[in-house]
Amino acid sequence: MHYNVISELTREYIFRLAEKGKRRDGRVLDQFRDITVETGVIGTAEGSARVRLGNTEVVVGIKMQPGEPYPDSPDKGVMTTNLELIPMASPFIEPGPPGAEAIEMARVIDRGIRESGALPLEDLVITPGEKVWVLFIDIHVLDYDGNLFDAGTIGAVKALETAVVPAETYGLGENHPLKLREIPISTTFVKLGKAIAVDPTAEEESVARSRLTVTTDLDGNIRAMQKGIGGGFSLKEVEECIEKSIRFGRQLRSLLWEIERAGKEE
Amino acid sequence: MGTDNQEIVLLDEKGRRLDGRLPGELRPIKIMAGVLHRADGSAYVEWGKNKVLAAVYGPREVHPRHLQNPQRAIVQCRYNMAAFSVQDRKRPGPDRRSIEISKVLSEALESVVLVERFPRTTIDVYLEVLQADAGTRCAALTAASVALADAGIPMRDLIPACAVGKVGGKVVLDLFKEEDNLGEADMPIAIIPRTGELVLLQMDGKMTPEEVKEGLKMAYDACKTIYELQKKALMEKYMVRTEELLDKETLQSAVERTEIPSEKTELLEEGAPEEAEAPEEEAPLGEEAEEVAEETAEEEVPETELLEMGEEFMEG
Repeated sequence: MHYNVISELTREYIFRLAEKGKRRDGRVLDQFRDITVETGVIGTAEGSARVRLGNTEVVVGIKMQPGEPYPDSPDKGVMTTNLELIPMASPFIEPGPPGAEAIEMARVIDRGIRESGALPLEDLVITPGEKVWVLFIDIHVLDYDGNLFDAGTIGAVKALETAVVPAETYGLGENHPLKLREIPISTTFVKLGKAIAVDPTAEEESVARSRLTVTTDLDGNIRAMQKGIGGGFSLKEVEECIEKSIRFGRQLRSLLWEIERAGKEE
Repeated sequence: MGTDNQEIVLLDEKGRRLDGRLPGELRPIKIMAGVLHRADGSAYVEWGKNKVLAAVYGPREVHPRHLQNPQRAIVQCRYNMAAFSVQDRKRPGPDRRSIEISKVLSEALESVVLVERFPRTTIDVYLEVLQADAGTRCAALTAASVALADAGIPMRDLIPACAVGKVGGKVVLDLFKEEDNLGEADMPIAIIPRTGELVLLQMDGKMTPEEVKEGLKMAYDACKTIYELQKKALMEKYMVRTEELLDKETLQSAVERTEIPSEKTELLEEGAPEEAEAPEEEAPLGEEAEEVAEETAEEEVPETELLEMGEEFMEG
């Protein structure tokens, strides 16, 4: 990515710190930044969530409208995930159609949700073969300080979870909530020198040698993976990341989904 | 993916797959180096029913200029599927899938190309899928590094790639179309054989951590087989001239050629004793052979040299 220009000295410093188990923002390698999630922030969307992960901030909105199914899957709805890196989010983002980075992030987030079966597309059918719900997950990046994979996934799942199908608007019966069947959580790691750190900041991402995202489900299965940036990972490192991602997945789920419940009870 | 289909049995009771392969078996793979004329380097891969062409241009000037990196070359892959490569015609041009694949393949190749040697340039790798039957990104990446070697671009190693997945509840190697559509998971990987590093790793579907481990191991072993095929393809292209020399007829004509110039022989007859004739005759042959060997060495970058280059790179 070309979003950050960082001096060689800073790079070396970040690597040296990481090899000692430390990071510039004071975290240890295996530590996420603070996360806060708010849902129902956009009235015009069917479902929405605002996620803050450290200094990263994204707003995810769900829009739904009736449409035709794809000819090769008449009994399935349509789900599209789009991620927009707007110039507001960072001095290194230029306006224009989504580039390879944004497309990759959107597709990795999409894969986690799709492959985990969180939202079976069969649930989106109105009349088989004729009419289905076309659902858009739009991830709007407001403040970019790294790790959009994980912030985006959390935002998308939260937004889907709170989405209400706008059936009344289209004369298709009563409005009803979307039913989520799984909570996929992605965990992203970067290699800083020889060390591996979780939840990278934008600065860490731009000096990192390689990146790995692992999406897990409630039962600790792996649902999606994506390696990125030029360098490589050893087999052992991949296995370690997988183990850690299962652990982080559990932690994040209990943290975020308990907060949600506590909020509702008040 | 993810939906169980009861009508089609993906694995029979003997553990055979729909196309008769065993779980750990690759489809037949054929690799050819240097198949195109205009490109600086090229390769063709037939992998089961997949047909993929790779062409390399560069190092050359970067356009647009702002993509230039003052420290190193950039590797730009363009993975493209021909409209006729799949059952339902694919709309030509890049879609989101091919943009993502192009990106991950570029990144994988950047990890082996000695990019520091060519600052401010681009190395363009064009990958055309002519016929697709699942596993095209692996076939394309496998072809890509052979094409780079064919172009004489210095690299730390070749990159073999292969997919594993889960089909009928079992981890299997190298999924083809039906398995990819109906199976439970797909995981393409690529490695640098010399270091064992994973440079491409993607996965979607559902697998337990143990299955992922098993799959990685399986794909690793397969990559080693593919690695040998890649090297063989390069050897086949660049060893031809040496073989020609060893061919008896060519040898004979070479000897005849050296006998024709009479001036030389006369000179020899005057100046040197008769025994000297025989070795003198062989000498040009030997020289020529050496020249050929040098040429091959330059273009093909034999393993020893690669190793040295790799070490240099690691130290640097």
